[in-house]
Amino acid sequence: MTQKRNTPLLVLTVLSGLLLLVALYLALLGAPSANLQSETGRYAQRIIYFHIATAWVGFLAFFVTFVGGVGYLRTQRRTWDIVALASAEIGTVFMLGVLVSGSIWAKPAWGVWWVWDERLTISLIQFLVYLGYLMLRSTVEDPARRARFAAVYGIVAFISVPINFIAIRLWRTQHPLMFGTEEGGLAPGMMFAFFFCLITFTIWYVALMWHRIRLEQLRDDVAALKERVLG
Amino acid sequence: MTAGAPTVEAIKLTKAFGHHAALRGVDLVLEEGQFLALFGPNGAGKTTLMRIVATLTRPTGGSVRLWGQEVGRAATSLRSNIGLISHDPLLYGDLTAEENLRFFARMYALPANGTRSALDRARIDAVLDQVGLTARRRDPVRTFSRGMVQRLSIARAILHDPRLLLLDEPYTGLDLQAADMLRGFLQDLATTDRTVILTTHSLEQGLEVCDRAAILARGRIAWMGARDDVDLETMKEIYRDVTRAA
Amino acid sequence: MTYLRKVGAIVWKDVVAELRTKEMFSAMFVFAVLVIVIFTFAFQLRVSGERVREVTPGALWVAFVFAGILGLNRAFVLEKDRGCLEGLLLAPVDHTAIYFGKLASTMIFMLVVEAVTLPVFTAFLGVSLFDPALLLVIVLGTFGFAGVGTILSAMTAQTRAREVLLPILLLPVVAPVLIAAVRATAGILDGLPLSDLAVWLRLLVAFDVIYPAVAFMVFDYVVKE
Repeated sequence: MTQKRNTPLLVLTVLSGLLLLVALYLALLGAPSANLQSETGRYAQRIIYFHIATAWVGFLAFFVTFVGGVGYLRTQRRTWDIVALASAEIGTVFMLGVLVSGSIWAKPAWGVWWVWDERLTISLIQFLVYLGYLMLRSTVEDPARRARFAAVYGIVAFISVPINFIAIRLWRTQHPLMFGTEEGGLAPGMMFAFFFCLITFTIWYVALMWHRIRLEQLRDDVAALKERVLG
Repeated sequence: MTAGAPTVEAIKLTKAFGHHAALRGVDLVLEEGQFLALFGPNGAGKTTLMRIVATLTRPTGGSVRLWGQEVGRAATSLRSNIGLISHDPLLYGDLTAEENLRFFARMYALPANGTRSALDRARIDAVLDQVGLTARRRDPVRTFSRGMVQRLSIARAILHDPRLLLLDEPYTGLDLQAADMLRGFLQDLATTDRTVILTTHSLEQGLEVCDRAAILARGRIAWMGARDDVDLETMKEIYRDVTRAA
Repeated sequence: MTYLRKVGAIVWKDVVAELRTKEMFSAMFVFAVLVIVIFTFAFQLRVSGERVREVTPGALWVAFVFAGILGLNRAFVLEKDRGCLEGLLLAPVDHTAIYFGKLASTMIFMLVVEAVTLPVFTAFLGVSLFDPALLLVIVLGTFGFAGVGTILSAMTAQTRAREVLLPILLLPVVAPVLIAAVRATAGILDGLPLSDLAVWLRLLVAFDVIYPAVAFMVFDYVVKE
């Protein structure tokens, strides 16, 4: 039975909240400004810290879903499926965040709401894959079958990620890029903010996962109780 | 195949769909050549049990052995000795009766000494004759009546001469004429040395042909015994008691 | 080699059944032609002459993909509808035989539809599409598409959403095949030598090898309860 009060989780949640505040400060104010002409460009560039950290979590989450799927197929244990589901849900939200933050960056930097550059394109495809995964789960009633199908799709779709990446990269290099990339080199102050955000977001992801997994386990407990009392 | 091992051996079989337990610990032993009639109300788990024995479904817990072998690994080869007749006819409507049987003959890789196709044809002819569909062999199955479909389904199930035959409520949806034919078939079946499990709602029809009977209620075997120990009236009483109490 | 014989039996069954009704074939054919008609019509309003050649690769593959989805849906929905999938699962053969059998029959149907629609497209688009290199790309692309599509179709046919869910699951995953096929097609129509297109062909071949291999490993989980 899942506990009602969970101190480590509480600590982690508070910690990730604090870290996020610090990260926010660093991103918006703390890190040095980029060496760009326009003021809007300089402000827009600050989104890179959150944007890339979000993308990192978005793809990490899918890897976890993949692992969860494999784990379930091999052991048939519900826990693996819960992990896969939780990660997929969180990943979907983060992926949406990538698309939105990418869009927010694009407008002041390049004057358009969307660019078909390789990273955004693959993020879009990844987002659609996530949606497909969640839709698939919603159309299967039987929990065992749902877990199996989701696991299979998670595996098949995960294999496609690197292939997609290669394909899109090839596609983009055959045509001259419309917009150059902004990376170049990052100043030391920026590097710190960058990695801080990566770590913060990862911790935030873990906290979210823990909460979501716990929620799902509680749901399972309720369902089991219902079956016992009413079934 | 272990010599002398029972044909079907289920030990503490459980099957859960989500939180709903369809089978809650079924123990069953069936020896070669026995004919078991399995009774039980709807939702008792009869179809689930049949599907597990047919290797279509994996149990959640417990084990099933066929001819002494665990179903898990050996499933693929075990299937060549199992025949199943269920609610669905498992036939292709666009194909003719003959083509359907030819397909299944290939899928079961009927023993081939000599020309495969010649042997297939001989077997198909024999089976069609047995179910009385020789005249309609070149007609697409979608033109068949329910009774004819059932007959062809039987043909399909016995085509590969399985040692274990499973019939899951075969009387469902049959008119009088088809039901009579089925009765005849089951009576013939009882005289052969095939091992058979028949699930049915009708105590009468089941007792007519079986030599062992069992009642499945709420996912458990509530009663099991030899046919010769009971008559129809006693059976009805036992059935009522057992399904009420469960 | 009984495994191969049984795979062959499944292909034979599908082909014979389809020849009887020609339902799927006609649906796929009409659909593919419709897509091209609508594309041509839509583009002619703004695009004409030489520029039609630019949109041809995309239009071609969109038509093939949508027709292919129709074909894939039918492959398993029919089996599921009539309960026939269980008949296949009862057979004493590894379940992956079902995957390869269905993959092969879907390939056959798609290739036939593509072969029949190519002349039609040539007429509508005014672009010559008879090129052995192009045919190679079509075969490779179709195989990649069917390779993933078959296992996903086996899955979606068993869910509530059925036909609707398949394109949603399939298209993001099959995107690299589409990209490679369209780029290669464009290159061929532009008259580029095959060596220039090697990278796309390699990508197609990689997809054609990796996906069926993965599908082979997990297919059992899709059909066995």
